[in-house]
Amino acid sequence: MSTHVSHAHKKKNILWDYLTTVDHKKIAILYLFAGTLFLLIGGIEAILMRLQLMVPENDLFVGTTFNQLLTMHGTTMIFFAAMPLVFALMNAAIPLQIGARDVAFPFLNSLGFWLFFFGATLTNISWFTSGGAPEIGWTAYAPLALPEYTGTGSDYYVLGLQLSGAGTLIGGINFLVTIINMRAPGMTFMRMPLFTWTSFVISALILFAFPPLTVGLFLMMFDRLFGANFFDVTMGGNVIIWEHLFWIFGHPEVYILILPAFGVFSEVIPTFSKKRLFGYHSMVFATTLIAFLSFMVWVHHMFTVGLGPVANSIFAVATTAIAVPTGIKVFNWLFTMWGGRIQFTTANMWALGFIPSFVMGGVTGVMLALPPADFQFHDSYFVVAHFHYVILGGVVFGLFAGLYYWWPKMFGTLLNEKLGKLHFWLMFIGFHMAFLPQHWLGLMGMPRRVYTYLEGQQLDTWNYVSTIGALIMGVATIVFAINIVMTFVKGEKAPADPWDGRTLEWSIPSPPPEYNFKQTPLVKGIDAFWIEKMQGNKEMTPAEPLGDIHMPSPSILPFIMSLGFFIASFGFIYHVLPVIIIGMGIGLGSMLARSLKDDLGYHIHTDELQEKGV
Amino acid sequence: MSDTHVQTSTSLPPEPEKATMEGRNKFLGFWLFLGAETVLFASLFGTYLGLRNSTNGGPTTQELFSLPMVFVATVILLVSSLTSVLAIQAMHRNNMKGLQFWFGVTVLLGFSFLGLEIYEFVEYVHHGHTFTSSAFGSAFYTLVGFHGGHVLFGVLWILVLQLQGIKKGLTVVTAPKYYVASLYWHFVDLVWVFIFTVVYLMGKVG
Amino acid sequence: MKKGNLWRLLFLVSTLALVLTGCGDPELSALDPKGTGADMQLDLIMLSLYIMLGVMAVVIVIFTYVLIRYRQRPGDNHIPKQVEGNTKLEIIWTVIPIILLIILAVPTVYQTFVLAEDAAETTEDPVEIKVTAHQYWWEVEYPEYEIVTAQDIYIPAGERVHIELTSVDVIHSFWVPALGGKMDANPGLVNEMWLEAKQPGTYKGKCAELCGASHAKMDFKVVALERDQFEKWVADMKEPAPEPTTVSAQEGKQLFENNCMACHATDAGQKSLGPNLNGIADRKTIAGFMDNDKENLEKWITDPAARDVKPGSSGPKGMPAFHDKLTEEEISKVAEYLQTLTIE
Repeated sequence: MSTHVSHAHKKKNILWDYLTTVDHKKIAILYLFAGTLFLLIGGIEAILMRLQLMVPENDLFVGTTFNQLLTMHGTTMIFFAAMPLVFALMNAAIPLQIGARDVAFPFLNSLGFWLFFFGATLTNISWFTSGGAPEIGWTAYAPLALPEYTGTGSDYYVLGLQLSGAGTLIGGINFLVTIINMRAPGMTFMRMPLFTWTSFVISALILFAFPPLTVGLFLMMFDRLFGANFFDVTMGGNVIIWEHLFWIFGHPEVYILILPAFGVFSEVIPTFSKKRLFGYHSMVFATTLIAFLSFMVWVHHMFTVGLGPVANSIFAVATTAIAVPTGIKVFNWLFTMWGGRIQFTTANMWALGFIPSFVMGGVTGVMLALPPADFQFHDSYFVVAHFHYVILGGVVFGLFAGLYYWWPKMFGTLLNEKLGKLHFWLMFIGFHMAFLPQHWLGLMGMPRRVYTYLEGQQLDTWNYVSTIGALIMGVATIVFAINIVMTFVKGEKAPADPWDGRTLEWSIPSPPPEYNFKQTPLVKGIDAFWIEKMQGNKEMTPAEPLGDIHMPSPSILPFIMSLGFFIASFGFIYHVLPVIIIGMGIGLGSMLARSLKDDLGYHIHTDELQEKGV
Repeated sequence: MSDTHVQTSTSLPPEPEKATMEGRNKFLGFWLFLGAETVLFASLFGTYLGLRNSTNGGPTTQELFSLPMVFVATVILLVSSLTSVLAIQAMHRNNMKGLQFWFGVTVLLGFSFLGLEIYEFVEYVHHGHTFTSSAFGSAFYTLVGFHGGHVLFGVLWILVLQLQGIKKGLTVVTAPKYYVASLYWHFVDLVWVFIFTVVYLMGKVG
Repeated sequence: MKKGNLWRLLFLVSTLALVLTGCGDPELSALDPKGTGADMQLDLIMLSLYIMLGVMAVVIVIFTYVLIRYRQRPGDNHIPKQVEGNTKLEIIWTVIPIILLIILAVPTVYQTFVLAEDAAETTEDPVEIKVTAHQYWWEVEYPEYEIVTAQDIYIPAGERVHIELTSVDVIHSFWVPALGGKMDANPGLVNEMWLEAKQPGTYKGKCAELCGASHAKMDFKVVALERDQFEKWVADMKEPAPEPTTVSAQEGKQLFENNCMACHATDAGQKSLGPNLNGIADRKTIAGFMDNDKENLEKWITDPAARDVKPGSSGPKGMPAFHDKLTEEEISKVAEYLQTLTIE
């Protein structure tokens, strides 16, 4: 086989490098920046909505405009911010944590990113079209999402999610195979770091949860574009089918987001308590149990649909059961810290701030699971408060914890701790201020997704407070942005192991070389690197002699393929056949090209490895 | 990690599709992908079951379906599954000619299945059962059409692999491709067995 | 500083949660229930809240203790004992939540079934009301009395009424927080529920499912009357409205018949494309959310989809704007006529 492909591609400029990269570390950076971009967009949308709701009968964004804001905020935050940021951390950490040189499918890894990116871009482009952005809520219930009621915005929603959903599914399969097949010698399943475990479990959730969404989106697309009648009641359709398909996906989706955050906390808390994770086995068990239960609870989003008391009771009991494994996790974190030596780094601050915040979101989750109570809570601001407590107080805090924790590994520099703590405190205070009052706003009779409320309903004060909280979160985000810019300009160089870490990623340089591990490490137990350090070793024990390392070649095909489907989407939205043909031709042609041309990759030779040192 | 270090194309290992890390990854990844496909079809089946009686005044399943023709289609697909097994067996014997022959038969059977399906759809349209005539129509054509689309993709994929095979021969790089293509083909056949049961048999009897 | 903040937070949560019972608009708030359904629901909410506050308290106490006791102190570089776990503890925090959930499950399942009962379980011959949601208004029909009306739902107090919910367009959700929880109005399907007001009064209702541009303004009222008052209302509704007396109102009637009758009936028993306007002069509001006066009536007729009225309500099935069809003077006359449509 050819081994003499040189490093010519390295000379190319940085843009080309990132467009063609198949290196998981660079793809992590792509996911990070794209996700952050959409996080900012979604955040601005949130602040605009809160400004409209600051005072009663406000006139800033009314009717359709407000509905577009709420739809795009939800869609962007879930699909285009939280998901890619989770993938950013997974890409950055998992191959390193399991001692692998790359993921199982580097090419597909890149394809997954570009599909997500073009899907997210497509959906956001809708703002600038004559039909405007989607105005149907992130749940896009039929028949509101049918052409009879809404315009091309809904098409952008359907096709954008279809593209990015395909990318996510590819990513899920990639990480499943990576974790199953590519672990270093000695890294048994029950020795894997918890972040790898939770990522493994959510990859399985993605595998089974995204296809129902795919089908739902297809049905919606057929109804919207080709005159099908799935949701048209006058032709025998049924509007509840969409709700079922959406929530069969939608409920696992929230666990797809929160479990990796749990994984991050299970890395960060032990590292900064200087203690191994308490109850590792029960943590793994709880993770898989949560994942399993997440598929049998979707009807709790549909208690008011009228499915009857039997269905409601069964799904209520199943839902409350999730509290048990979640509780196990919380207590395990607390007892990890018990007897430890807790360091208040920024990463750990996020983890510590998470615990009370998430517990509050968790307990309101149990309250929501009780159908009679849910009849009051459902679609009120109580629900808005609940899911922001779990998604912001859980997922976003987890993402920030992970970012401050792994940033030095990703970029080789340290984020400023002072600014980091300011970021945390502003966010923490703003978050509780924004969302705590929404619990009682809901019970006081404020439905969600309303663009205004009348004076004299005693809703004014707490809406005002909530908006101030949102603005404080906006300030926190500016501090975060300053921190990132400053770190890029003159960030402190990070050593290989800045936090006295426990897992394999801290045993290699920051940032790691393109091949990660010069020699695949031998894993002797949980917290493999910590074990070596306790035995007085500075490095991992290698599991193989030094040898040539085979690397995959970079490729522009993932980008072109995604671009093709992106172009075709416009053809579908505006019913222009040539554009569909051109776009699909580019996409399918790229697939064909990939199939016909075998990627032989290239080798990094032993002498080169020795030259570079570690 | 790898147990066998075969680099020459003249002597293939007994299971060439699993000889390399890439091959093993592809093998596992494809199984997982089929897991996702299963959920996809399960969702389509669920939708179909929910809407199959919503004929909106059009013909019902009992009036519409003709079992003999569908039975022929079923036999064609099942036989094609068998021929794809024979192709993989040929691959395991390092018999490229056998592989090409049996995949060729598979492709032919796939095309004849598609021909029957198109004929069937044209018949239905004449009876006023179309994609837009009722919710039942939409659900029927979507489920059966998705399967038909999979068949089409399958035959085209196998054809492309066959053409590649002429140039590249049988190696540890091409073997996993043949293997997963045949896996895919089995899956598509299996889905048809469910369609035959749930759509046609239950539609005729239930 | 961490500790202080958390204690403040806990204090805030618990006191506010307790104090807030009885807070909010008394015609609207679920925290100040006026119906038997809302009573049950608030009981369950409070029971679950107390249990959950207990759980929170345990977590916060351990959390705070751990943070203080085991914080890094300057110069301390000891390596803590690496503890694997503790089976006894882990069993405790698995079993106790299970017990708590069982305690919650019993009233939950019981209430779920009670709320799904037929109204006839406790009320003999309950009043039947068909509520049909439209973008962005509510049609109300009493089949046994042959009355069709809109926006204001009259019910007898102290007894269950039986409500059938459906929608003619998108999904809406029927919510009267002070009386009871919500139920979706789905197109093509009919949902049933019961509602009971403990005492006479007016209660605010809301649409709780995103249904389009003016979802926020799809308000309605439930008016509970003593039984005899309710029966009087039924009788009054069936009386024809008095003939308008002023000249401008008579002209308004003529204009109404020429321009509005295609969509709006004024007979009690007649369904129409738009809201039935019989007794509109006595309604609590115009369009569900504006004070019922002549100025607002004119505002509505002039341009119902205006930014400060109900955006999106002039769609294909909606009410057209009349500012280019009628003069200001004519609109004023129509409004004057509508104000004579009283049942009292």
